[in-house]
Amino acid sequence: MELLQILPNLAMTAKLAIMTLLLLEEAWLAWLLPVPWVASMPLTKDLNVAIIDSNPALSSGVSIKKEEPPDPRVSTVTPATISIFKEIGAWKYIEQNRHAYFDKMQVWDYTGLGYTRYNARDANKEVLGCVVENRVLLSSLLSCLQSADFRKTIYPSRLLTLHRNSSSTKVDSHSSGLPLHGQGNLVKLDLIDGSSLHAKLVVGADGSKSRVRELAGIKTTGWNYSQNAIICTVEHAVENQCAWQRFLPAGPIALLPVGDNFSNIVWTMNPKEANDHKMMNGDEFIKDVNHALDYGFGPHPKSSMFGDGGIFSWLKADVTSASEFFEIPPKVIRLVSDRMMFPLSLMHANNYASKNIVLIGDSAHTVHPLAGQGVNLGFGDAFALSRVIAEGIAVGTDIGEVTMLKKFEVERKTANIAMMAILDGFQKAYSVDFGPLNILRAAAFHVAQHVSPLKRGIISYASGEQRLPLFS
Amino acid sequence: MAFKLPNQLRALYTATNYHHHHRILSPLAGASQSFVFSLRRLFADVPPLSDPSSAPPPLYPHSTKTSLAPSSLNQYELAKFAAIAETWWDSEGPFKPLHALNPTRLAFIRSTLCRHFRRDSYSAKPFEGLKFVDVGCGGGILSEPLARMGATVTGVDAVEKNIKIARLHADLDPSTSTIEYCCTTAEKLVEEQRTFDAVIALEVIEHVAEPAEFCKSLATLTVPGGATVISTINRSIRAYATAIIAAEYLLHWLPKGTHQWSSFLTPEELVLILQRASISVQEMAGFAYNPLTGRWSLSDDISVNFIAFGTKNSQ
Repeated sequence: MELLQILPNLAMTAKLAIMTLLLLEEAWLAWLLPVPWVASMPLTKDLNVAIIDSNPALSSGVSIKKEEPPDPRVSTVTPATISIFKEIGAWKYIEQNRHAYFDKMQVWDYTGLGYTRYNARDANKEVLGCVVENRVLLSSLLSCLQSADFRKTIYPSRLLTLHRNSSSTKVDSHSSGLPLHGQGNLVKLDLIDGSSLHAKLVVGADGSKSRVRELAGIKTTGWNYSQNAIICTVEHAVENQCAWQRFLPAGPIALLPVGDNFSNIVWTMNPKEANDHKMMNGDEFIKDVNHALDYGFGPHPKSSMFGDGGIFSWLKADVTSASEFFEIPPKVIRLVSDRMMFPLSLMHANNYASKNIVLIGDSAHTVHPLAGQGVNLGFGDAFALSRVIAEGIAVGTDIGEVTMLKKFEVERKTANIAMMAILDGFQKAYSVDFGPLNILRAAAFHVAQHVSPLKRGIISYASGEQRLPLFS
Repeated sequence: MAFKLPNQLRALYTATNYHHHHRILSPLAGASQSFVFSLRRLFADVPPLSDPSSAPPPLYPHSTKTSLAPSSLNQYELAKFAAIAETWWDSEGPFKPLHALNPTRLAFIRSTLCRHFRRDSYSAKPFEGLKFVDVGCGGGILSEPLARMGATVTGVDAVEKNIKIARLHADLDPSTSTIEYCCTTAEKLVEEQRTFDAVIALEVIEHVAEPAEFCKSLATLTVPGGATVISTINRSIRAYATAIIAAEYLLHWLPKGTHQWSSFLTPEELVLILQRASISVQEMAGFAYNPLTGRWSLSDDISVNFIAFGTKNSQ
């Protein structure tokens, strides 16, 4: 579409703000983040939203057969995210599909010197989180969006380039004769299929290799962990109701319940071993998994009996999990999906916002999966952005204005960087096998297990409590 | 030589801008206009145009591009204004404090006027169908958000340059291009017998010579039962320390001499002169600045900056 053909459209949409969301195929959850929120709030529901995504699921929907085993790509959503979903009316769609709440978690390492058990009741909660397949999340947000009376246009293509008017516009004697101020504050986006559109605000929700971020010239800081993660779905003889994580010398292995008798495995290790594990035959892999969860690499920690907390015994009286015994995770009997492998890295964009452009989710930050926080940070970003946009519209702000977008950035940067620092700290602390450090870690396990205010604090933070929505 | 001129224009502009609320064209503003005309003469190499809009401008004689259309000279003028217009709208530039304060002022206006006109405060455009006037609009920092909230806005300012800049910036966004900007004064609008549902004059009254007469003009512009919103600085010791010493001399937020402490009004005085002009003040609030976060917020403390909302007695 040529520029001149767009102008009549501009005139028609003269009174409307246009917001554009972009997405690449891999990061197919991302654009779903802010759109349903924006659709549900009264201040923002008149926005005209364009979604640029080449994922065919947008038009055809996501088909999930109940008999199928779970897809290995799952996310652990925290209670904060669950309440956000409930607020926009999307959680009911998730409950119609397979999902697994869990209220217990056990964390230990290979040295056998200590363990920590978390129970949701410690912090007066019902659940610690819920494990949901990514395609279920996608389908529920899609359903929520379709049922909302909201003006959206889907462009099944990918972004090629974008052009912003720089602030110092000078009259060029080569100018084509179009009045400069006709394009004004809008961003022009060109798509791969040749079409183009104008928008006031471009939200880049296109994953860690974000094209929007690249075009906006936003630099990032970060490093690659020399680790890859293997994910797959496995089956047990009994239902798994607890989340397990054991730190091994090369990286943690996590076993998360996904519903029925299935669990999801996320096993982090160095790239060579990861590749070996991806390639080896299924039975050998299962043997290795059971070995890693059980007696592999080191002994079981000794269970603490009630009254055996030592110097902490006076503190643990009100916490149920402090007296729980160490348990061995349920045995894995079958591998039911392909094994997928991903390299892990930490990345943080130096800025989340610049003129007319804002980044959310993985395009702004990626973290190690060891605490299941990545997607929750993204949902938190989306919710915060929708709120900031609503507040901006309430006082007539131009939604592409940097000052308003910076408010979002300041709010989320603090939260995201804090979480990233903690996760990175854990990753580094657990990657070194060094006697005194092992004992320090063991001491940390004991402290977390027995000091109940600390345990409650950990549970609250991991549940995303800082990001609970403020009901307007 | 040509490089220095835009800089001089910018320097002159920044110096004159803070006096833009004077009712009478100050000598400085007059000088700036003649400066602009002399610039035109320099670039056009022809006698100064007495009425820029009437005579078609001649071809730019220094141009090497013979394909230029006859309208290129106007474009060049617009480009000069476009280049410096961004300082008004540069939120990190000299107007940074005003940009930071703006959302807070708008929050008060939105809250009081939605209640007064019985509009849905959750609507994105609560002021649809209402006529507002922004007296002393400057570059349009207040007029544009009001237009986005659905109001039919007229912005007036006594300094021509401000109006030009406001016009240029408003045209960048389709939702604000409908704002009517006039280089005129409140008194002239009264002569034209114009009336508005809401008359808003923020940070103006401390710069006028006759506040009581100014309030009478504002009241005449308001329809009976309409709203008047005025914000200014309190004549208190605290305001002297904050708005003059701190803002002008220590933090350099404003040029020295922007405000005269003696021309500040106390809230009681403002209420009284508004009452004499048939406007009853319904609500008042103050603005508080948090130096740690750099944000302004509404508060009950009216000892420095305050804003008042009043309604015109319907008689």
